[in-house]
Amino acid sequence: MTPMTSTISLPPQVEMKKTREGFGRALVDLGERDPRIVVLVGDLSESTMVSFFAERFPERFIQVGIAEQNMMCIAAGLAAMGKIPFLATYGAFASCRAADQMRVTVAYTNLNVKIGGAHGGISVGPDGATHQAMEEISIVRSIPNMSMIVPCDYWETYKATIAAAKHAGPVYLRFGREDVPVVTSEDTPFTFGKGEVFAEGRDLTIIACGVMVYEALRAREALAERGITARVIDLHTLKPLDQALIERCARETGAIVTAEEHQVNGGLGGAVAEVVVRSHPVPMEFVAVMDRFGQSGKPAELMDAFGLRATDVVAAAERVLKRKSGR
Amino acid sequence: MPPKTMAPNDVETAHRAGRLLWDAGRLTAKALEIRRDIITLLAKAQTGHSGGPLSCADFGTALFFHELNIDPAHPTWPDRDFWHFSIGHVTPIIYSLMAERGYFPLRDLMKFRAFDGHAQGHPSAHDTPGIEVSAGSLGQGLSVCCGVAMAARIDRHPRRIYCVMGDGEQQEGQIWEAAMFAGHYRLDNLCGMIDYNRKQIDGDVEDIIGIAPLADKWRAFEWNVLECDGHDLADILRAFREARGHRGQPTVILAHTVMGRGVSFMADDYRWHGKPPKPEQAEVALQELGTSYAEWSERLMKG
Repeated sequence: MTPMTSTISLPPQVEMKKTREGFGRALVDLGERDPRIVVLVGDLSESTMVSFFAERFPERFIQVGIAEQNMMCIAAGLAAMGKIPFLATYGAFASCRAADQMRVTVAYTNLNVKIGGAHGGISVGPDGATHQAMEEISIVRSIPNMSMIVPCDYWETYKATIAAAKHAGPVYLRFGREDVPVVTSEDTPFTFGKGEVFAEGRDLTIIACGVMVYEALRAREALAERGITARVIDLHTLKPLDQALIERCARETGAIVTAEEHQVNGGLGGAVAEVVVRSHPVPMEFVAVMDRFGQSGKPAELMDAFGLRATDVVAAAERVLKRKSGR
Repeated sequence: MPPKTMAPNDVETAHRAGRLLWDAGRLTAKALEIRRDIITLLAKAQTGHSGGPLSCADFGTALFFHELNIDPAHPTWPDRDFWHFSIGHVTPIIYSLMAERGYFPLRDLMKFRAFDGHAQGHPSAHDTPGIEVSAGSLGQGLSVCCGVAMAARIDRHPRRIYCVMGDGEQQEGQIWEAAMFAGHYRLDNLCGMIDYNRKQIDGDVEDIIGIAPLADKWRAFEWNVLECDGHDLADILRAFREARGHRGQPTVILAHTVMGRGVSFMADDYRWHGKPPKPEQAEVALQELGTSYAEWSERLMKG
């Protein structure tokens, strides 16, 4: 059975909106529907946008202060008592500072804790390397029982947050700081654990997550001008991975480019490659941060400098097609 | 000398739901049995920690057989109190208390740390019925209990929450994050207990990284601080009573104990923190505790 395909074609000017706002709005809607929803924050209410929830449901909002390790385990205790806790902090602290707490207390016990990691990626900008989390995918997907979603825009973050609450077990949600292009709508399909085919193509598949989905769609337009058709997959769920879809793309298009705003080691590209080499080996190229720390700068200039643009995806597509035809 | 084995009706009452409220005399007798369990299961496994489980034996028995409102046959009974050992390495006493209280059969103790048993080296919610949150990385348990206490506050539920910590564990920074949180939110449904045996793996706590003055530190974090002789059951019950009656602050009980208490050659010797007795040492220990390996392992295998 072929999954539903929604071909997304972008207008020249795309609406810009913050992914984390989708998180904040979804928490309020969840809170209205389910009294088990509790939100915790580590002194970052405004920037993680859990302030909406705090205003609406003060009795179910817990300010933990600057203590991310404590917050991870407090969420575990709440989950052990049947609550559905969402904690919010920056991704650097959620994934690295509280990694042991996530591994031992949350994941080993398989507690129903939802981890909101804001400010992921180089596009965090001026704060520099310490605050530009780019290791979350590698860390989280290596821990048993964890699930992970990296949504691409406002609407998908909203849907991912709702889906995380429905899923029984620990889930890590990664979102960014900046306004990013809204490429989906309220009606775009979203299924936890499944990749979405955003555009069809025969020559290669571009598999992306987060803001790189937009760059992939733009790259597809540029490739089309040269007569190359690229399939674009929005692989929002990094774990559990949609292995069947990845294998199908490898078989049907014979070449894969992955694109992520994350370290190249162990991220989306690595996860896809693990499936490809096991099921149907084809040439692959990786658009990612190449094993280096970030730095201060404007988000746009950093995305350029770190090679995370549509032009970089196009260049990777050309490389992978050369390898494909050389066979 | 207490009786060597309990009558069957005593075992049944030990498995009852609710608070058992046993008196100090009965608890003293049960604590001796718990110590026999600990040495026997360690002798069988030939792996695991001896010192801490023995220092926790008296207040642990008071917790399970007097204080806690639990139903071992239904570990997730909604009205239960919540207990958690943040020091996951003291599994010999955790499992002994659980088995004697009726969470699972005594014979399971003879598969401690074994591939074909459920009793993992450190407590695992996935493997052992009644373990609610896995533990093993020190410093995390008090935070978990803060979460449980907050859930009870949100639900206006009267449950009490007990968290057993180690004294060496006080060196973990997260303990103090949790202490600050519970003090700030005045979580008076929360009771911390510290096994203050003054020893850790590498030696004396005060020589490694001193934690004194410990009571003052907890007071400074807005906690009600109680101290007791951690081997005097009457004094332990007094501390539990005072903790239960205190409003507006969480309570921590500093239970002054001796590592390895109950076995002469282990007592107050940090080298017994993390190792089991060899079979011949276990035999000596069990004789000091009024039984033998043959007798006590048979009791466990039949239970």
